[in-house]
Amino acid sequence: MDADTIIETVNLTKKYKQYEAVSNLNLKVKEGEIFGFLGPNGAGKSTTLLMLLGLSQPSGGSAKICGLDPLRKAKEVKRVVGYLPENVGFYSDLDAVQSLEYVASLNGIQKNKIAEKTDELLELVGITQDAHKKIGAFSRGMKQRLGIAEVLIKEPSILFLDELTLGLDPEGALRLIDLIHSLNLDRKITVLLCSHNLHQVQRISNRVGIMLNGKMIAEGSIDSLAKEKFGVGETEYSLEEIYMKYFQEV
Amino acid sequence: MNMSGLFVVFKKELCDHFSSYRFVILFALIAMVSFITSYMAGLHMKGNLEALAKTRFPFLMLFSSPGALFSMIQFVAFFGPLIGLILGFDSINRERAQGTLIKLVSQPIYRDAVINGKFLAGVATISVLLVSVVLVISGFGLALVGVVPGVEEIWRLLIYVLISIFYISFWLGISILFSIFFKGIATSALASVALWIFLSFFVSLGAEVAANAVAPADSKNQTKPELIVKNMRIKETVSLSSPMVLYSKATETIINPMRKTTGSFIMMGPMEELLSSRFQNPLTLGQSMIVVFPHITTLIAITLICFAISYLVFIKQEIRT
Repeated sequence: MDADTIIETVNLTKKYKQYEAVSNLNLKVKEGEIFGFLGPNGAGKSTTLLMLLGLSQPSGGSAKICGLDPLRKAKEVKRVVGYLPENVGFYSDLDAVQSLEYVASLNGIQKNKIAEKTDELLELVGITQDAHKKIGAFSRGMKQRLGIAEVLIKEPSILFLDELTLGLDPEGALRLIDLIHSLNLDRKITVLLCSHNLHQVQRISNRVGIMLNGKMIAEGSIDSLAKEKFGVGETEYSLEEIYMKYFQEV
Repeated sequence: MNMSGLFVVFKKELCDHFSSYRFVILFALIAMVSFITSYMAGLHMKGNLEALAKTRFPFLMLFSSPGALFSMIQFVAFFGPLIGLILGFDSINRERAQGTLIKLVSQPIYRDAVINGKFLAGVATISVLLVSVVLVISGFGLALVGVVPGVEEIWRLLIYVLISIFYISFWLGISILFSIFFKGIATSALASVALWIFLSFFVSLGAEVAANAVAPADSKNQTKPELIVKNMRIKETVSLSSPMVLYSKATETIINPMRKTTGSFIMMGPMEELLSSRFQNPLTLGQSMIVVFPHITTLIAITLICFAISYLVFIKQEIRT
């Protein structure tokens, strides 16, 4: 594993009986990078994230997160990785502060630091005004913002974001993407961003990987992928066009 | 061993139980029925003060003597399982349905902290509920009958509460297991209630059918004592597969020191009857414990086995949502 590689998989495979959800995945993500993890539904992106978190046992191959094996050191891996799943759930009878306090307690954060961290994070994600409102009354955008606050409370080195902007209005989605970008720049957090919204991925990603039927069919910077497929740089072609080109070929 | 994750989940679950409407309704219902039962038993005892004076353990009669319909022991035996079922039938699948389970297990805690925390919080809730009901009845009984419990009676009550906690925890374990197996909350609730009805009501009927099939004890064969004994033995053995029968036999023997066997059928000759009537002394607590030891150990064992199965299924299950 290279010194600056923070996520690495070698021939990572996941089989469900005869069906191969992830097939011999070799992936390297460098520290401080935003990696766009693309692919259609059922391509194996979420399964890969679960294996990287130690929540799903691989059928073959290996993975390393910050040099740790997620299968053997799941708790240590979950300490450095913040995971925001697609359709993240909340306890609707709690308010934002209570929800954050609960997640902080699960992360073993000292009691005297929880209040300070909670205030800071609510301000960062912009829901200070609604801090004592029941989550049941939150809009989807507010819930996603709270979800980000919850994953940030442990001060992670890596963020796994699965369909972060799904179901959000364009303005809300843009604000959230900009928030992730600023977190990456200010806090040097590595981000693995799974999304179907290629425009947003192109806006902030350093590199992308395209998965199809459990296999990684392309990986690299958007510029290099554009050059490979069209012979010109990314200024000429959007990520959507590059993605469709790969998709059609396969 | 890091217990912080377990404690955090336990605390949250306990808060949820105590602040939920379902707990308040359940507690009010059980307290009300227990209160009425003990009041009826108290009135009955008051009307028979002469007989009461001869009784060695009048205080325990508050729990064992039926008032209008049933005793406190019978009430817990029949409806106690519902407490366990109601507390656990949606404990895992509700988290899964609202998308909080994946969030929970992606935190730096061991996965077993989730299932252990939920089970322990349920057991703590059951304990609080039972202890408070027993205390309320005891206080009420003291005021109504005016009999102060002796040390042995207090010990017997404590053991009764402990057995009841294990009995209801068994049903809590069953409902948690179903909430892991079934994704639908309604399905797990229905499966839990179906198993409760089967084990509590149909096993006794099945025992009778099995006993009559193997050793028919109809009116023609009543003269053959061996056949009657065989019939009763088969019936009792099959009935023991019901946790309710195990619990009833164990608690009735513990609460009633005059009861010397868990068997409901005793055949005696005239001389044995005469001998027995001359030695009508109650059993000591130790002797009662020896009589029901197999029942208590079986109850504890099935509770632990049930939880162990839930634990293993949950640990092995892949959580995606």
